[in-house]
Formats: sequence, C-alpha cells, structure tokens
Amino acid sequence: MEQKDVVIIGGGPAGLAAAVELHKQGIRNMIILEREAMLGGILRQCIHDGFGLGRFGESLSGPEYAQAFIDEVNKREIPYETSATVLSLTADRVVTASTRNGLRQYQAKAVVLAMGCKERSRGALGIPGERPAGVFTAGTAQAYMNLYNRMPGKEVIILGSGDIGMIMARRMTLEGAHVQAVFELMPYPSGLPRNIVQCLDDYNIPLYLSHTVTEIHGRDRLTGVTISEVDANRRPIPGTEKEYKCDTLILSVGLIPENKLLEDAGIAIDPHTNGAFVDENLQTNVPGVFSAGNVLHVHDLVDFVSMESEALARHAAAYVEGKGIDPCTLDVKCGEGVGHTIPQKVSGKNDFNLSLRVRNHYRDCRIVVRQNGVEVAAKKMKKAIPAEMIQFKVSGAKLQEEGALEVSVE
Amino acid sequence: MKKQFTCIVCPNGCEIEAEVENGQVISVTGQTCPRGEQYVRQELTAPRRTIASSVLVKGGELPVTSVRLTKAIPKDMIFPVMDEIRKVVLTAPVKAGTIVLHNVCGLESDVMVTKNVAAK
Repeated sequence: MEQKDVVIIGGGPAGLAAAVELHKQGIRNMIILEREAMLGGILRQCIHDGFGLGRFGESLSGPEYAQAFIDEVNKREIPYETSATVLSLTADRVVTASTRNGLRQYQAKAVVLAMGCKERSRGALGIPGERPAGVFTAGTAQAYMNLYNRMPGKEVIILGSGDIGMIMARRMTLEGAHVQAVFELMPYPSGLPRNIVQCLDDYNIPLYLSHTVTEIHGRDRLTGVTISEVDANRRPIPGTEKEYKCDTLILSVGLIPENKLLEDAGIAIDPHTNGAFVDENLQTNVPGVFSAGNVLHVHDLVDFVSMESEALARHAAAYVEGKGIDPCTLDVKCGEGVGHTIPQKVSGKNDFNLSLRVRNHYRDCRIVVRQNGVEVAAKKMKKAIPAEMIQFKVSGAKLQEEGALEVSVE
Repeated sequence: MKKQFTCIVCPNGCEIEAEVENGQVISVTGQTCPRGEQYVRQELTAPRRTIASSVLVKGGELPVTSVRLTKAIPKDMIFPVMDEIRKVVLTAPVKAGTIVLHNVCGLESDVMVTKNVAAK
C-alpha cells in the first residue's frame, strides 16, 4: 500500500483546483485519480462560453477553463492517473482504485472528495409509457454531440429547464434540429435567467412552466410524448393532455452529487444537498476526508467550484501538516425559505463562507444569519431565486462559541 | 415605452428596464455595472452574440474539437457563420488557440479552437 499525504478523487474542476492549491500550500506527496481517460471532467463537453468570468475576467469555453488548470497541474508535475476508478474508501482513509495497472491501494493522510455529480434520469422520474430509444439526459446528448460527433435526433422536446437542457436546446438548433419546446414541472425555471434569454428566446423556443411529460410513445424509436399541465401540487391535471410528435426527448431535470463512495466510509449525507455534511473547513464527519464542488452541493458556476476547492485545499493542507483545525460543534440550520446551507457546522471562532439556496422566488429580501436570536450576518438581495446559489462571508468576530446558527429569508 | 431585459453579460443576470421613445433611449435602470447599460443599448439597436460549435478532426483521439468565436457577431449572422464552421476539417494534432477561420463572413470575428486533440 502506497502512503500519500493527499489522495484526490476526481480530476474535474474541483479536483484540479484542489491539487494546484495543495501544491501551492507545499503539499507534494499527492495523486489525482480520474475515472475518465482524460482530465477535465464535465468541462470537456461544455463547449459553450461563459466560464471564467469570475475567475479569469473573460468568457472562456469549458475546455479552455479546464486546460488552464491542467496546464498548472502539468507545470507543477502533480501526479495523476486517468482511467482509474475508485472502488472504495474507508473511514481510516484507505483508497482502493481499479487502474490500467491493476488494483492500487493508497493510505492517505487526507482524502479530497471531488467526484462531481450525475444527472437525474428517466428511471428516477418514473415517467409512464414505452421504452424506446431517443430519450437522453441533457449531458448524454451533450457528450454525443460535442465529444463523439453524433446527432441525437431531429425533432426535439426538452423536459426540465436546467441549464444544460437549455444549452442543448441552442446547440441542437445550431446543428439543424427543431427544438419544439421546453417543459418545466415547477412554476419557475430551474436554470439561470441568462440562459433563458440566450438559449431559448434567441431561437424562439417556448418555455412552458407547470407542465410535464406524462407518457412516452414509440416502440423502437421515440415517436412522441404526452404533455400535461400540473396543479400547484405538481399533479397532472386530467383533460390537459396534448400530444407532441418527436424523435428525441432530452431530460434536464436535476443533478445529484455522485456520493456512492461515501457509504463504506460512514460519511454522513445531508438529505437536502445529497452531499456530505461538512464543517467550515469543508471536512466531513470523518476526520481527514474533505469535500468540495458538485459532489458536495450542485453549483451553477464552475468559478465557484474552483474557489470552494481552493478553500478546501488550504484546510486540508493545514490538517496534513498537523496544524490542527478548530472543532466545529455549532449547527447551521435552515430557517424560513432556505433549502440548504454549506457548511452545516461551524466552530464559532472563524470567518466562513456561507453558501445556500432559497426555496422560492423572493424580491427585495434579506438573507439573515442569527445566533441565539441575534443577527450576526446578512445580505441584501434585489431578487433571490432557487436557480441561483447565494454566497457570502460570515465574520467570526460576531459569533458566540455556543448556540446554533439559523439562516432565513426575511 | 418601457422594455425589460435580462442581461446576459455575466451570471448575475441583472433585470434591466429601458425606457425608449421614438427609437431614442431615455433611461436604463436596474443594472449593477456599466456593461449592463451597454448590453441593453446594443440589444435595442443591433443585438450581438457569440456562438460555440465543433469541427471535424481527422486522425485524432476524438472525432471533433470545439471552437468558439473570438468576438460577438450580429444575431442574424449566427446561421451563416454556422454554415462556414461546418465546412472546416482539421487534421490532428490540433491545439487550443489556433484560428481556423479568420474574419468569418467579414464580421471581424475569428473562429478559434478551444480544445487540444492529440493524434490517435
């Protein structure tokens, strides 16, 4: 078994940013394990621009954003192994991976969980009907087109208004497909407003809210779908069914952190994020195991993934060097209107970066953090919507060393 | 007349309102940076967009590489530019940053490779 200071699981944006920052912090004995044949993760297929505005001050494509970090990894000679699938992780930080050179085991002082997320599939939605070819998740369709040069279909319906679905609506339109419409179950869009403008409105693709697919038709290939309106409880309203002819149904109905590995190690998962519970150091309940990026909570912007991973790296480096990190015993609770927070535990001693999503649309509101009833931090918002993650810094100076924190919309 | 816009310059997606009379912009409000006003004025007169696509690569570890425009082009030129991009065929290895079409359709924007593709 090889000894490593840090094993990074995942060579996408989170893993790459963590590796570079760990190196800057003086960590040398580390390895990135990546399941795919190349580094870069999902960015390899995200060929549209708009990445890096926060980080590099210019609008890059996904592959360029990834390459900037891959170049750093190479320049610093940080070791990585591709086509290496991690099979298990234990509570004492033994990482077992299947690689091109057989089974490998590492005993790590610290482990960085940076596995990203997966797409919710047709099976998870339980859409009734037949099971023809032609039903794709948005990311699968994106990989077909942008990595393998294969056109998924010509007459397209999109279910779900996630960002990747809208980006694929534009992409398929540019390549000659006819995208008839996007249907969203919820009464509000789940993707970013700018993507509604530049991916749907620009190409006259209508977006119908409070609608869903209630049946899939076709024996070998998809021939059409039934669309129904839904009520306030998201139940299809009988009598509103409409038939649409199509050969392709794209699903953009949510992303789920890819956290299967956490079970064996006994890492606790927050049912709100589907990612690990973490403290202000981005450390899970298992000492020495850290998590950041989309495997922790699904982000809207890769720039924030990179920043979160860099923060993780600074804490993980301190842990490895035995500098110690403050124990975090205070809960951060979700109050009125807040769906989840990261972190879920804090020490009450230090500044920390709070990330959250609200559960509804709000205008002219404040996001307020209270401890023992006292306001300790707040952010004023012109609008707050579930599609946009909210982040701000909470100063440790105002915190008490006892008493849970509660975050709410006021 | 009041017109509503969602700014697409950055992910903030500011909601901007412009007041327009007889083709003249009277006021622009709601933006949180100067680029928002610039965007709305452009949008009211001659909207521009960038696009990304892929081009064929012969003999590469992938059959395509990705490309994007280096500058925004008039919105109504998107499909003519796509037709030009579709004609491009490269041979591996290709390197990110390579310009494959200069001044595409005379629009003062280049088509640039955004992904390295090694030879097979």
